[in-house]
Amino acid sequence: MISYIIRRLLIAIPTIFILIVASWALMKVAPGGPFASERPIPPVILANLEARYGLDQPEWKQLWDYFYNIVVHFDFGPSFKFKDRDVNDIIAQGFPISLTYGFLSFLAASIVGIGLGVTAAIRHNSWVDYSAVSAGIAAQALPNFIMGPILILIFTLYLGWLPGGGWNGGQWQYLIMPVIALSTSFMGSISRIMRSSMLEVLNSNFIRTARAKGLPERTIIWRHAMKPAMLPVVSYLGPVFVAVLTGSVFVDMYFSTGGLGQAYVNSALQRDYSVLLGVTILYGTLTVTVNLITDLAYAWFDPKIRF
Amino acid sequence: MTSKSLLGALLATTVLATPVLAADKQHPTTGEALAHDQTFTYRVLDEQSSVDPQVVEDVSGSEIVRDLFEGLMNQDADGNLIPGVATGYTTNAEKTVYTFTLRKNAKWSNGDPVTANDFVYAWRRATDPELASPYSWFMEIMSIQNVSEILAGEMPTSELGVRAVDDYTFEVTLSAALPYFAQMTTHATTFPTPQATVEKYGKEWTRPENIVSNGAYVLTEHLPNERSVRERNTMYWNNDATIVDKVVALVINDENVAFTRFQAGELDRTEIPSGQYPRLSEEMPDKVLVAPRLCSYYYNVNLTETGNPALQDVRVRQALSLALDRDIITQNVTAGGQIPAYTFTPGATAGFEVPDSEAAGMTQAERDAKAMALMAEAGYGKDNPLDLSLVYNTSEGHKKIAIAASQMWKQKLGVNVELSNQEWQVFLQTRSNAEYEVARAGWCGDYNEASTFLDLVQSGSGYNDSKYNNPEVDALLAEAKTMDDPTANYTAVEAIIERDVPIIPIYHYTINYMMDTDLGGWPVNNVEQNWYSRDLYKIAE
Repeated sequence: MISYIIRRLLIAIPTIFILIVASWALMKVAPGGPFASERPIPPVILANLEARYGLDQPEWKQLWDYFYNIVVHFDFGPSFKFKDRDVNDIIAQGFPISLTYGFLSFLAASIVGIGLGVTAAIRHNSWVDYSAVSAGIAAQALPNFIMGPILILIFTLYLGWLPGGGWNGGQWQYLIMPVIALSTSFMGSISRIMRSSMLEVLNSNFIRTARAKGLPERTIIWRHAMKPAMLPVVSYLGPVFVAVLTGSVFVDMYFSTGGLGQAYVNSALQRDYSVLLGVTILYGTLTVTVNLITDLAYAWFDPKIRF
Repeated sequence: MTSKSLLGALLATTVLATPVLAADKQHPTTGEALAHDQTFTYRVLDEQSSVDPQVVEDVSGSEIVRDLFEGLMNQDADGNLIPGVATGYTTNAEKTVYTFTLRKNAKWSNGDPVTANDFVYAWRRATDPELASPYSWFMEIMSIQNVSEILAGEMPTSELGVRAVDDYTFEVTLSAALPYFAQMTTHATTFPTPQATVEKYGKEWTRPENIVSNGAYVLTEHLPNERSVRERNTMYWNNDATIVDKVVALVINDENVAFTRFQAGELDRTEIPSGQYPRLSEEMPDKVLVAPRLCSYYYNVNLTETGNPALQDVRVRQALSLALDRDIITQNVTAGGQIPAYTFTPGATAGFEVPDSEAAGMTQAERDAKAMALMAEAGYGKDNPLDLSLVYNTSEGHKKIAIAASQMWKQKLGVNVELSNQEWQVFLQTRSNAEYEVARAGWCGDYNEASTFLDLVQSGSGYNDSKYNNPEVDALLAEAKTMDDPTANYTAVEAIIERDVPIIPIYHYTINYMMDTDLGGWPVNNVEQNWYSRDLYKIAE
């Protein structure tokens, strides 16, 4: 197990290295640059700007300096667009916000989704099942960019219960709508996966044996059926976890939460090279880590899996 | 009197007294009763690039900078020049030396006096290649002595033509007379910066905990991508005249969400969502605010050989321009109160007289007839259709206009138009490399004078994406730079543009605001929309 983890971590280093080089290349191939605008900057001034940000150096030198500063100083460079701020500042400010509502959305989506799925499977073909399935499909059909404006209309304009946006240090009033908007569609998917996998497990031989032994239904579900039924859900939850953090651009847009998703998308559109790369590395590292955790979780849920 | 009724009496007095107290405060000139809570909250589309005067490059950042800092001169509600830190200025006979007298009571928010040295420091800083200000080109067009050499790194910044004669006299030497020089000192790039603070904190000097500023407000909170808050600066020399205590700028990307939040009372000002102007001006006319802006929407025509050869024929260009029904575009497509354009420079620009345009005087039917005749003369028609490509940067709004334009050209002139859209950065490159036939463009004036538009058709201009080259235009514009009243030259240039059609003006932009009725003092007539929060006030409801 330990050697497996070490091996995976060692593979992660070249993976992230390739990610950086590939992103770098794509970024540089894309037309335009951080200083392009409707009002082209005169060549002399453009040269000053490029010199200040080291863009006048040859590409290999820029890439080398970039790696050097990350490894030696843990410095991801200055933002080209927000000239008073560094990439480190931008991540330090935005990431905790994305992480907060992303993690809460993940919890909400998993708990409610799994709960709905299990309930539907146990009461198979009853009205509970049908309504849980309908709710799941409806939720799946409501992506966050639809949910956002609808929630604001209802809770801010019609009911006047919640502020229409902002973060305010993460007070609960400001968290409710972002979390609902972000978790709903994942909740729908999780409940459907959970339901079908639970149904499959409940029809398998070892559950029939457990029933024949006269075990109470509660024990059957929680002690015997839950773990194997969770496997497909777990493999889905890994990507969901990364997605709630990275896919949060709509939440940032609609609720002005100031998270990292918006900074990421804007940096790509504005060719803010350093911010784009910095956040890519962060998300890349996060994906690699979450994938590792998911794989390890497999072993816990299914004793047949050994590393 | 029992204790209970005493309490009741006290409560009654308090309740009665409160409105009386609030009503005590009145606006000094209009006499309107002022609201108790003087907080102005407005929406911005994106996070500002910076609040450093010499670094800021976007509109919403400049709005904040105008509140935090004060330059030599300010603008009043009509855009006229009024004293700022300077009480006034004098010039020499050649108008190449400007001497500004600074007021002695101007202070920084830490209590230090604002002196001529602060301006010398800031102006040198703006041209410093080390800082690489993206707006250093503004200093260059101000024609300050030696600015080009300094930007090119050939001279130290100390050679810039600015000087502190004494603490309260600031002198600027220009390389050539510039009629609108004084107007340019209302621009953020020219605002003073506190040398000691900048040197102490480096680029972190603009953080709320470090910043020192000399405007009517100080920055008290900044949460990137969420909000920034500025509050009254008690050290400001004219603080007594300031009414609004607190200004909050909320970053809201989505215009519809912003509008919902405006309706919910969270905002005093936001933009009218696109396409909603006709409905909102019916439903809540008192909250809709539309006024001209110094911005033009137009199409560039590529005049080089990389363009469409047919466009080398001036008759084709004239026909394309005439056949565009600007009334339909502004009334039915953009539908936001925009003004149909037959000149590049908006009519609202100071000192600009709209020439007697032939096209503007005709009905659309007459324009169409003339366009068809010109097109036939050039050898194109329904049997021999012209193929044309039109490129615009990806946006629903630009797409709608392009579709309307292509339909008008198709129906009236039989032109087959191929539409394509490109992502912003790709588009900018396509256009500046002249790899297009007809391309969408927009331009907003940097200062309130026609040259900020017309310089774009000068052959040497880096912004001349049509690559238009007419020595007559160049001569008229060069001459205008030193004239006392260049109006006639500008009018002449516009007449030439209408004849040569290097660009096809479509409409002049307007500001489209939803503005709460309790917000007073908005400078509707300031075409540059240079507003200062200290001129605003909240009226008691």
